[in-house]
Amino acid sequence: MTLDTVKRGQSCRIVSIPDNGVRAQAIRFGISEGEIVVCDEVIPAGPIVLRKRRQQIALGRKLAASIIVE
Amino acid sequence: MGHCHNIGMHIEVPQDGKKIVLVGNPNTGKSVFFNYLTGMYVDVSNYPGTTLEISHGRVGNDVIVDTPGVYGISSFNDEERVARDIILAADIVINVVNAVQLERDLFLTQQVIDTGVPVIVALNMIDEAERQGVEINVDLLSELLGVPVIPTVAIKKKGLDQVKNSINKARPGRMDPELKEKLNTMLNRVGSQGEALLILEGDPAVSERHGLEPENLREEIYKRRRERVNSTVRQVVKETNNGNNFADTLGRLMIRPATGIPILILALYVMYKVIGVFVAGTIVGITEETIMQGIYEPAVKDFVGKFIPEESVMGSILIGEFGLLTMPFTYSLGLLLPLVVGFYFFLSLFEDSGYLPRIATLVDRVLSGIGLNGRAIIPLILGFGCVTMATIVTRLLGSERERRIAIFLLGLTIPCSAQLGVILGLLAPLGWQYVLLYVITVSSVFVVVGAIMHSTLSGKSTDLLIDIPPLRLPRLDNVVKKTAVKSYRFISEAFPLFALGALIISTFQVTGILRILQNLLAPLTVGWLNLPAEASTAFIMGIVRRDFGAAGLAELPMGAAETVVALITITLFVPCIASIMVLFKERSISEAFMMWGGSWIIAFLVGGTAAHLLKVFDTASGAVQAAAAITAAAAVILVFSRVTARNKLKKSSAAVAND
Repeated sequence: MTLDTVKRGQSCRIVSIPDNGVRAQAIRFGISEGEIVVCDEVIPAGPIVLRKRRQQIALGRKLAASIIVE
Repeated sequence: MGHCHNIGMHIEVPQDGKKIVLVGNPNTGKSVFFNYLTGMYVDVSNYPGTTLEISHGRVGNDVIVDTPGVYGISSFNDEERVARDIILAADIVINVVNAVQLERDLFLTQQVIDTGVPVIVALNMIDEAERQGVEINVDLLSELLGVPVIPTVAIKKKGLDQVKNSINKARPGRMDPELKEKLNTMLNRVGSQGEALLILEGDPAVSERHGLEPENLREEIYKRRRERVNSTVRQVVKETNNGNNFADTLGRLMIRPATGIPILILALYVMYKVIGVFVAGTIVGITEETIMQGIYEPAVKDFVGKFIPEESVMGSILIGEFGLLTMPFTYSLGLLLPLVVGFYFFLSLFEDSGYLPRIATLVDRVLSGIGLNGRAIIPLILGFGCVTMATIVTRLLGSERERRIAIFLLGLTIPCSAQLGVILGLLAPLGWQYVLLYVITVSSVFVVVGAIMHSTLSGKSTDLLIDIPPLRLPRLDNVVKKTAVKSYRFISEAFPLFALGALIISTFQVTGILRILQNLLAPLTVGWLNLPAEASTAFIMGIVRRDFGAAGLAELPMGAAETVVALITITLFVPCIASIMVLFKERSISEAFMMWGGSWIIAFLVGGTAAHLLKVFDTASGAVQAAAAITAAAAVILVFSRVTARNKLKKSSAAVAND
């Protein structure tokens, strides 16, 4: 499934991030392929907020739709 | 020196001196270290080819260089490119790390260590980490990284002198042995470990300098580095609780629309009260009227008037109504400076407290409809302060496409604070029906034009991908300093543009072109907008200064319908001369002309439509019906543009499928 379908409070494992630039940036934030993250917040039709330990990042909805998780 | 060729900026370093570079993620407190280490002797210079300014200062024989806050070094944006080049030329790196966000920050630390430069780590905000239940084994961290680690609380000056005294203990750290092996091969070819690393990581700019093809190992190196950092963090950090406190809860409430929107409205309301009422009224009253128009202008006119009569051509260019020595000074120092300071103060407050990324997350959805992402809220808010300033700030947007959309919308639909004051003054007495019509019309133009640009412009806008730092109480001294630096930079960049604008306008006035333009515009104002002929003078004056235009309307005998039409037109009409200058500076000439021409056409098209609608519904309740009609029209255009965009998308994906 894709990241935009994850619900608040659910955790998931990042399977693949297709965009090269985004993938590199996400690794720097500590959220890379294979990591388990918690979905902290879903803004209706808007961004997804992920948390890994104390690191929180927000991803736009379209970007989230391109990221595959399980 | 071997590394001279890779620095874009020349900084004098004495023969036996060292170049000590401060590196860190955004908002780690790096600037406090810089100020402490350099004292008051600081030079600020523009980094060639970018809009970034780099500070550096001397300590004895050594030079301390600051770098922009980054999450890693590569070529993703200007900040990273500049940080990369300065780090590659460093003799020693002081890496400031946020103890609360170790996992994120140590990625940069490890990357810097991998460049082979001697490093010392300042583990900052250690008190904050303790409060949040994060316990860090400093000795073990130092051992794992292979470099000295000093716990600090920069804002309380704790540990700063220890960092200063330990600079010479900086040493190259420990790195992944496998990476080291890979680096050695490349090292033989390029002679510097840092450059070898960046070539392996596929950095195009560094590779080109050595005439090499960038390698394709970024993915692998980044992944291994991330694993290494994670394992380090696992070993040194002990969390005693989850830190679920008030700041966390508030941070959440700021992002959720149900609570976030009211909080945002409240924040903007406070901002309006402070800037719109206090700064724009009381402060500007003193700076513009009392000081600039009351003391400065008469003094200059008096002095220059002794040599050149004010009525002469030279006189009116220098000290006339739009004189070079009068208008730009009064405008930028008396009127704009207090407003710009006010806006930057709030922006710095939002930024330092961690509220800004939360606003960006909250509004991302709305802005993505017009091809922008949440970060574009920054220039859009600043636009209500000064469109010129906001246009410059669009540099932070991720793509040229987004800049194009944001700059055009700013110039077209956002009334700057100077103009907004006059508009509110004229609009409020007309009654809420007309206020509604004005607001609906201008915001419909914003949404419709944005959506059309989004569906017709080629290319792709960048998606939101931002770090949301924990909320914290901002430090007032830090906020004040940031405000001062940003305001100063803006005024020094914009002032020449205001001066040039004044020169152009007074030349137009002296040569009579201004009159000709007013006469040319008159038939359109009378015939199409149903306004008195003199309104065209106000429109042309709006080019000089947006508030002049709006103020000029106040003197005309107009009914409610005419006033609201005139205000809508003048809001959408071309921005002031300084914004036009910035437009031409930031965009290509042809694009700037298109935007400029576009705002003329849209202003008169929309103004005329409103005028004709009001002719049909010529009462206050008619204004509400007109507003409803405009909303409906906007909705139709929006749906239509979305359908065309979807068809286009289908066609292009069908074309891909056919290939």
